[in-house]
This record gives sequence, C-alpha cells and structure tokens, in this order.
Amino acid sequence: MNDVITMDHGSGGKKSASLVQEIFLPAFANDALNALGDGAVLEGGANLVMSTDSFVIAPRFFPGGDIGKLAVCGTVNDVCMAGGAPKYLSLGMILEEGLPLDELRSVAASIAKAANEANVQIVTGDTKVVERGKGDGLYINTAGIGFLRHPGLSRERMREGDAVIVSGFVGDHGAAVMLARAELGIKSSLCSDCAPLTAMCASLAACGEAVRVLRDPTRGGVATALNEFVEDTPLCIELTEDAIPIRAETQAGCDLLGLDPLYCANEGKLVAVVDKEKAEEALAAIRRAPYGENAAVIGTVSARSPGHVLLLTRAQGTRMLSKLTGAELPRIC
Amino acid sequence: MPESKALLQAIQAVDVPPVTLMEVCGTHTMAIAKAGLKPLLAPKVTLLSGPGCPVCVTPARDIDACLTLSARPDVILTSYGDMLRVPGSARGDSLLKRRALGADVRMVYSPMDAVEVARENPCKKIVFLGVGFETTAPGTAIAVQTAKESGVKNFYLLPMLKRLEPALRALAASADFAVDGLLCPGHVASILGENGFQYVARSLRLPAVIAGFETEDVLLAVYRLLLQIREGAPALENAYPRAVQREGNTLAMATVETVFTPCDSLWRGMGMIPQSGLALKEDYAAFDAIKALDVCFEEEKPSACRCGDVIRGALPPEKCPLFGVCTPEDPIGPCMVSGEGACAARYKYGGSV
Repeated sequence: MNDVITMDHGSGGKKSASLVQEIFLPAFANDALNALGDGAVLEGGANLVMSTDSFVIAPRFFPGGDIGKLAVCGTVNDVCMAGGAPKYLSLGMILEEGLPLDELRSVAASIAKAANEANVQIVTGDTKVVERGKGDGLYINTAGIGFLRHPGLSRERMREGDAVIVSGFVGDHGAAVMLARAELGIKSSLCSDCAPLTAMCASLAACGEAVRVLRDPTRGGVATALNEFVEDTPLCIELTEDAIPIRAETQAGCDLLGLDPLYCANEGKLVAVVDKEKAEEALAAIRRAPYGENAAVIGTVSARSPGHVLLLTRAQGTRMLSKLTGAELPRIC
Repeated sequence: MPESKALLQAIQAVDVPPVTLMEVCGTHTMAIAKAGLKPLLAPKVTLLSGPGCPVCVTPARDIDACLTLSARPDVILTSYGDMLRVPGSARGDSLLKRRALGADVRMVYSPMDAVEVARENPCKKIVFLGVGFETTAPGTAIAVQTAKESGVKNFYLLPMLKRLEPALRALAASADFAVDGLLCPGHVASILGENGFQYVARSLRLPAVIAGFETEDVLLAVYRLLLQIREGAPALENAYPRAVQREGNTLAMATVETVFTPCDSLWRGMGMIPQSGLALKEDYAAFDAIKALDVCFEEEKPSACRCGDVIRGALPPEKCPLFGVCTPEDPIGPCMVSGEGACAARYKYGGSV
C-alpha cells in the first residue's frame, strides 16, 4: 500500500518521531534543530530561544481552555523548557469558510488573556481562509521567541542519582479532551491543565545548573517525555507509581476510556531532572509558583536498565514504561 | 480487602507445587501487566492469557471483509477504536490506513452512536462492526432493537460477537491444555452471573474464581485458586461480589436472546467452534450486513503469526518467531494491536527487569 499520513503520525509517539527522523531532520539539519529540544537556543547579541507549534485540536472549546489559550501556552511552554523567558509570539491562523465570527472573537480574547498572563506580546501574524470542507474550522500556528535565562538545559547533563520531578497532577488535559470528544453524556469535573509555565520556570531558574533538563509532557504524556530523556543513553529512569500525582477523576475517566494517564497529554505541566542534592530546593521553587502546588519527586535516574523507563508498581512489581506507539485508541470493554 | 503485599505473602505461603493459571479476559491481562504481577508470582504461579481479548479472537478473514466493506463508497463503517489498527491478512492494511486513504471509517464508543450516524446520513449504509463477548452483546442488541423500532433502515450490524463458554469448553478439551485454574472475567460475569460460570468447576472440573480488575482483586482470586488447588476441590467462587450477582443481569441476557441466536463461529487460532457466535434472529435479519451487503468471507489464510497459540495459552508471546518484528507500530497479529492483547501487554510493559 502507498505510505500515507495516518492519525498515528500525529500522536506524539514513535510514528511522529519517525517523521522527524526520516523526513524533516535530513532536509533541514542544523545544530540548533538537531538538538531536538522543545525549542532552539540561537546565537546572537543575547542568546535567543525560539519554538513553534501548530494547534488543530477538536473540540476547539474544552473544559479548562480552548484552542486559543492552548496556542499561547503550548509555544510559551516550549520556549520555557528550552530555558527561555518567552517574550514575543507570532500568530498564524487558518480559518475555514463558515467559521462564526463570534467564535473567532472568543478565541482571540482567550489568546489575549493567556498572552497577558504569560507576559508575551503577539507581535506579528497572518490569516488565511480555506474553502468549506478544506479545514476543520480553525487551525492556529504560533512561533515564540524568548531570551535565554536558564542556560545549559540538556539531557546530556543528566547523571545517576538525579531526581525526577513532575510539577503537578498528570494527564488532566488528555483525559478532559478525550472525555469531551467522546460525548458520553457524562458530567465530569475534569478540566484541562492548560496554563503558561513562565512564572514556574523563572522560579526554577534560580536553581541554575542543578536543573539538568526540562520538558513539557504534551502529546505522548509523561511516559513518552521521560523515554526521550534516556533513550540511546546509558541511563535509566525509575519511577515510583505511588509518588505520581494523578487525580482520582482523571484516573476514572481514563479507566472508562481505556487510556493511561501516563500517556495522556499535559498542557500546563513540566517534568524536570534535577541534581539530587538540590531536589528539595527545586521542588520548593516549583511549588511556590502558580500551577506548581502539587509538584512531587516521582523517581530517580539510575543505570539499572539503560535507555528505559521503569515503573515500580503499587504491588511492588516492576515494569517497563515504553513510548506511546500510536494515537491512543479507546478499548472495547 | 487486604493489601497487595499481604496477599502476595499469603500466596507464597500456600503449600502447593508450581501452578499455571489462565486469565480469560483482556482487561485482566492488562491489569496484570500494568501492576507487574508476573515476576512477583513466579515461579510459584504462571499466568497465561486466554481467549478473552475481543479483537484478538477475530479471525483475519473477518478483518479482510471489513476492509473490503470500507472500500464501498456507499458505506460508512463504524467501530470501537481497538479494531481500527488491526491488520487483515496483508501487513499494514488496516481500517486506520483505509481511512487515511479516503474510506469513511468512524470510531464510536457505543453501537448506539452508530445508529445516530445512520440517522444523520440517510443516503449512506452505516455498518457497525459488532465485536466482543457477552459484555458488548447487550448494547449491540439494544442498538439493533432501537434501529428497528425507530425505523432506521440504513443501519447494519456485521455480527462478529463471541460467546465465551463454547470456546472455554473447546480449549479445555484440547490436547495441549495444561491449566490448573481459571481467573474468570468479572465483566462477562456481571452479565451472566455466577450461574453462567458454574460449568467451569462442575463440568470442566477446573478451580474457578470470578475476579475484579484492581491489583488486589486479581491477587485475591489467585490466592483463592491456590487454596482450591491445594484442597483438590474445584468450585466456582465469586471474588467480585461488588459487581457480580448469582443471577447476573437477567434483563441484559433477555435482550440478547430477543435479538440474537447462537451460531457456529470462527475463532483466530482455534478454528470453527460450534454455537460460539451470535447471529441475528429472523425478525432482525434486515439489519444483517452479511445478507444486506453481500459480505463475503474468504478462506482464512495461513500466516507465520502465532496469535492463535498465544490466545490458547499454548505459547508465551515472546516465543512467537515474529515477536519484535511484529510491534505495536507495525503489527502483524491482533494480539500486538489491541490494548488488551497478550503480545501488546508483553511488549509494552516488558517482563521482569
């Protein structure tokens, strides 16, 4: 059969990685891009950090946010993970013929509010309209530029013994959106965690070199993000299931849909690997910041099983936590 | 309920030689893998996965028939998510791939959603892929009834539903069946009741415990099975009373009986098993996609994939020659595709490390 793009290519898991490895990297390779961080550190007068992201989410409005808020937070957080203090955003919008103007106004208001909180300005933009049926209402692309505030963040600096921290409850965004999408008629208090992490990262920057690497575990979830830290390295990450903060309603929603919170997207969380001597300090820095009050140390870096993420289960069993392998599809029963 | 640590200690303390137990539900397979129980129970207890994953027991020829249906421009296929990634007899050919190439394939969470799709698309024929066991049969029956009662004439069911009892009887009668006890599926038992599983102890003479799906539920069931094995007295026990009653869900069973009648059915790796499927009764024949849309089933093609042996508990997933070549990203057999498949569980969660 002809190879075509399938939904799996957009999952954030292995198939997405294969697109990057086989098509984009060979075509565009350069030092800044090859590092494959959430954003790139660029040379210039002051070092710049740049990132871009596209947003095609359905439904466009979901509990806890909408495509506009997501388009700001997604790119802002990517710049933050690369050590940047985000400053400027571009905004590209692709509108489908027939989109109600009221909806566009509402999305614009949401973008403005999120940008204000994240302390970024929308400084350039573009709008295109496609014929009815050629788009899905509204797609947004944002690119963000920030100034380097927290230099040296790289998975290369991870060491045995380092602590792994997550900044709060895991899987809320993915579970909330999947539940909203399923239209199961279930009333749920579940909300997306969509939020800008600018203040949290500013707080963490005070820990300096003790912070080895940061990532926002969006598509593919915490499990996939941590796998990206250790794959092709002699290091292993060991997680303790009991220590991972998961809301009861997120777990219940995931159980209902046959999903795993560790593979569900987060849009307002970060995972950090930190020198164990400074782990408490970093944890306190995250907890002091907005959206960080439920942060927890969830594991350690070791050499037990190189290249893998292991989970010590509540029953004291140990299992591998692999990368997401395709779009999460709900189970039958 | 006691905590898992106490249960594990109790299990290790039961004075029996090493035993092999089978879980007959894909959700159990995943619960066991997610909690990492196998290495904790070995070598005293070996857990095998049985024919309890709805996607895994569906033969490749049925998937091929679905793929052929999806190519018809007048058809919208609706299915549970699990089925979309299962390849037919040609590697890489799945409903997900067909959708990317233009077929109208839609994921639904319930067969009732498929009836809704039919209402919204009166000029199309909407086919729901009816897979699953006694747990999904009632909902499927209600969807067919609803379509009939509300005059939705463009809704069709491709019946691939399975009944567990004939398959378990066939499995227990096979020459290489070497299992000392069964963890019975709590979900199916919530429909069929304790009564629906009495045959395991009485007729198959196997220790049997109906189990829930939390780690402690599974461990408790394993413990009770060991006690039965030690006493040499097979019986059916219900270790999931918070969901399973003696009589089961009589309303659900009656609905299934109104709409369906047992028929012979082909299982992957197990062949044709008499009375192990469900066909639409004459009153509902107009909704049968096989008749209405002339669905043809080819002969099941031979394959190096040994999902069939995995499903029967005769082969651990990692012993299949394709394990590792067949992966969740590029699966060959259904056991690697389904979230409940034994191979996917093994691949995704690994063994003892």
